[in-house]
Amino acid sequence: MAEATEIRAEEPAATSPPRDPAILTFLRSEGERIELLLRTLRRLGHTPSRSKLIYEQMFLSGIQTLHVVLLVGLFIGMIVSLQTGIELAKLGQQDQIGTIVAISMAREMGPFITGTILTATVGSAIAAELGTMSVSNELDALEVMSVDRLSLLVLPRLVGLALIAPLLTLVCDTVGIIGGAFVAQAQLNVGYEMYMTSAIDALRPTGFLFNLPKDLYAGLIKAVVFGGMIATVACNEGLKTTGGALGVGRSTRAAVRDSIIGIIVLNYFMTWFMYQA
Amino acid sequence: MTTQATEGGPVIRFNEVCKRFGEKVVLDGFSMELARGKTLSIMGPSGVGKSVTLKHAIGLLTADSGSVEVFGREISEVSTPELAEMRKRMGYVFQEGALINWLSVGENVALPLRENTDLEEDELRARVEERLRLVHIPDAWDLMPSEISGGMKKRVGIARALITDPELILYDEPNAGLDPEIARSINALIRELQEGLGVSSLVVEHRIDCIKTVSDEVLFLDGGKALVQAKPEEFFHSNHPRLARFFGKESA
Ligand SMILES: Nc1ncnc2c1ncn2[C@@H]1O[C@H](COP(=O)(O)OP(=O)(O)OP(=O)(O)O)[C@@H](O)[C@H]1O
Ligand SMILES: [Mg+2]
Repeated sequence: MAEATEIRAEEPAATSPPRDPAILTFLRSEGERIELLLRTLRRLGHTPSRSKLIYEQMFLSGIQTLHVVLLVGLFIGMIVSLQTGIELAKLGQQDQIGTIVAISMAREMGPFITGTILTATVGSAIAAELGTMSVSNELDALEVMSVDRLSLLVLPRLVGLALIAPLLTLVCDTVGIIGGAFVAQAQLNVGYEMYMTSAIDALRPTGFLFNLPKDLYAGLIKAVVFGGMIATVACNEGLKTTGGALGVGRSTRAAVRDSIIGIIVLNYFMTWFMYQA
Repeated sequence: MTTQATEGGPVIRFNEVCKRFGEKVVLDGFSMELARGKTLSIMGPSGVGKSVTLKHAIGLLTADSGSVEVFGREISEVSTPELAEMRKRMGYVFQEGALINWLSVGENVALPLRENTDLEEDELRARVEERLRLVHIPDAWDLMPSEISGGMKKRVGIARALITDPELILYDEPNAGLDPEIARSINALIRELQEGLGVSSLVVEHRIDCIKTVSDEVLFLDGGKALVQAKPEEFFHSNHPRLARFFGKESA
């Protein structure tokens, strides 16, 4: 009996190491994530043998998020349309609504919204799944069986998310533009035809990369990066989980928080790089 | 591989191993040897560091000081790929089963083969089914870990540890949660593996009947040290005061 109480008293002390300055902690955890990403990318050659797991990840994350993307994308398009429409109407420029909705969906809103939804639904689930595996010794079990956990656990999630994110972004862009059209028609007296003509005109093909419009592929590249980042952060948090159910909660929280920050910061730098450089 | 040089020596050798977690000292100058082809059981109070000892032997934990040699190699000095190779010769039965929760029972047992060998599907299935029969759960292939009892998880863990025909098996309480009948057959299995195939085993166990059946030697771990290491007959008749207290035989 004496031993049992002693263990419980000791455990928290053993799991919380002395605190480092915040900046060091930050740099260390970013470094860890980048290392995890690079080590997983080195296993990209395993992709064919992991195709079943990758497909499963894509399917699951697609199914989990599709309805949310549809709903949120639709409303975001409606908001953008209404907000800018009211201002444009004052200047007598409401025929430009289509252009503005299409460009802001494709460049910013589509990938941003999709990334946020993926973080909340799939990123949190990944951190919790891997975290639970960690605290129930399953990761140790993989290690003693000489099973490569980056190849088995991280690679499918990384590739799966990096592939599903642009697909969902396309869906989000499309419903957003459609949502904008409803509002334009119903509340701003801009006909479908005019709206769609200006929207399609805005996303002009550039002759580059499958002849996709620049704004569209810029958004899709962002989506791929967001997908990869969300998976990396979530896997990293999950894999290093310690401390039972509490630890799983901590990891999930950290994964969601840091992915959202990551999406916003990366978004700025990618926009800068793609449109100013 | 440089293991041949010491092929005749002990399979596992702990020398003055110390390990602490934060302030808590778990191992404090722990030494022991497991001879090739033998079974050594470790007994000791709960929370004393038995699982920690096993984890050192398979490289999941590293000693703060002292040396842990497995197959004649200092385990903290081998490279990651070499450690992976060494682990393919070892089996580990986790205390809580540690089954991969998103794989079925059969796939859990098949995992080491799928990941590390190119076996044909038929051959692989046959081998997994044979191991499942050995631990008396022949029809469990399609069940998920969340659907089975603690004792069944334990047995799946044993089947998984046996699937690669290891030369060295580390069992963390193989009988915990098993009914006496199944426990006896698991004990017989451990014994058979040793006698038939020359497997060396390190068994953490509380049950005296099990220890008597399977072990060549028994070690009592307390206070971070090996207090007593002896043949079972001697061990259970030892008049070491700590042992007497542990077994509740204190008469004076
Ligand atoms: N990863 C870890 N971090 C911190 N402390 C640990 C860790 N692993 C084990 N300990 C501590 O080491 C001590 C020994 O644990 P261990 O699991 O080896 O006990 P045990 O002898 O196997 O007990 P039981 O018979 O109950 O399984 C315990 O006090 C435990 O709290
Ligand atoms: Mg234990």
